[in-house]
Amino acid sequence: MLLSLTDVEVAYGAVTALRGLSLEVDEGEIVTLLGANGAGKTTTLRTISGLLRPRAGELRLDGRPLSTIPAHDLVALGVSHVPEGRRVFPSMSVRENLLMGAYRDRRHTREDLDRVFALFPRLSERIGQVSGTLSGGEQQMLAIGRALMSRPRLVLLDEPSMGLAPMVVQTIFEVIAEINRDGVAVLLVEQNAASALRIAGRGYVLETGEVVLSGTSASLLSDDRVRQAYLGEDLTPTP
Amino acid sequence: MGFFDQFWQLTIDGLMVGSLYAVIALGYTLVYGVLQLINFAHSEVFMLGSFGGLFAARALLPDGGVPGGFQSVYLVAVGLAVGALCGALAAFTLERVAYRPLRRRSAPRLAYLISAIGASLFAVNLAGKEFGRQNVDLPDLFHNDTVFTLFGADVSTQSLVIFAVAIAMLVGLDRLVAGTRLGQGIRAVAQDADTAVLMGVNVERIIIVTFVVGGLLAGAGGFLYAMTFNASYSMGFVPGVKAFTAAVLGGIGNVRGAMLGGLLLGLVESYGGYLFQASYKDVIAFLVLVAILMIRPSGLLGERLGRAA
Repeated sequence: MLLSLTDVEVAYGAVTALRGLSLEVDEGEIVTLLGANGAGKTTTLRTISGLLRPRAGELRLDGRPLSTIPAHDLVALGVSHVPEGRRVFPSMSVRENLLMGAYRDRRHTREDLDRVFALFPRLSERIGQVSGTLSGGEQQMLAIGRALMSRPRLVLLDEPSMGLAPMVVQTIFEVIAEINRDGVAVLLVEQNAASALRIAGRGYVLETGEVVLSGTSASLLSDDRVRQAYLGEDLTPTP
Repeated sequence: MGFFDQFWQLTIDGLMVGSLYAVIALGYTLVYGVLQLINFAHSEVFMLGSFGGLFAARALLPDGGVPGGFQSVYLVAVGLAVGALCGALAAFTLERVAYRPLRRRSAPRLAYLISAIGASLFAVNLAGKEFGRQNVDLPDLFHNDTVFTLFGADVSTQSLVIFAVAIAMLVGLDRLVAGTRLGQGIRAVAQDADTAVLMGVNVERIIIVTFVVGGLLAGAGGFLYAMTFNASYSMGFVPGVKAFTAAVLGGIGNVRGAMLGGLLLGLVESYGGYLFQASYKDVIAFLVLVAILMIRPSGLLGERLGRAA
């Protein structure tokens, strides 16, 4: 198992955000994490990245516990995190942002830049531009490209479609699928459940810091609760 | 003589002092950029570096007469190096003792300020006890002749040395921040510390490096200051506040802003001191601080460590 969380509890002060969460991501799969605002999706990703430390429970990467590994070493172990709201370095150029993704290992920079530009040709047109002036979609492409610069085995994606036009969302999801085809596992947090379940193999549904439902995408898509709560379908019988 | 007859001489003097302010100002701006913390004990880093360089140069100074040639170069180089090292050591210790424990506890902002003032008082009084409460002089390390005249103004060896060393340090720092991987790490932490961690940046290490680099500059600047004037236990305060003014003038957190602010403040002081009275220099510098805080609190170039590059 690439990544496993077992009974993880996380609290912000007195407020418990995750209450005994368990989930797994295997090599090369796309797993999605669904849930309403405040369900604990972002908290889960931030805990995996080591930005938050669990109060109880265990995280393992390749079977090795993560508790003693500082957050800044996680990228060197093959985990890349595309944070919520993209968080590109606003005063750096597109190129510098991408180089930040390769901060720990600059051996393959040239090659990896080419790979990112092949995925997102738009970024190569904007290479010298200050990133704070990019459009939201371009910033999301940059944030994903930056995460790929470290040659990750697992990418954590936090709401990549947030605030983007449908056309751009489609591009982003196509790229996620493409990254995955190269063997990179993806843990995808999304509000856009329909798109997420279309590319993911499995999913978990979170409510107030707990997994309330999990299974293959097909089974989740056919689940009434999911359809009603996350796919916006009206299941009340029409007269 | 009128102001315009003196203009170039005042400009040269102003740039010399201003380049020192700029060198010290970088320490404030770097630390602010990374931690959003105004390190008010930075003036004592400058003071301790000054003493370190002064004692080292004095220990190596041969008896009788002012040295010349290579010996002068050697003495200045040793003074700069030891001053820089003492400054770096002081800044490193300061971070360890006064700030890191607070960071571990996520202390409120006010706690850092109090800690800075405490560390500052401690350093000043320790220096007063160890080095005496009089001015400590550094004998001449070279013949301070006029090297050349520029538009009728004399440029002395001393102003040339100070200006050249200061500019070399400013350019070096600018290259470090703008053009190296370490500099990129510093800017990343300044812009978004959490995301910098996700990129693999060791934030604690960047913080230490930032203090140490600021300390190196302030310590070397302290030696240049001692070479021109003298050293004393209480010497840090006024240049410290002026360098802080320079940093705010340029836009605190902005590396090039601190450089620009330092040079401008030196010039304003020099011209103002001539137009009014030399004793008004400090008043003018602090009026500048008050004026920027009122009119343009983000400084001339704005607050952003990243934008400097």
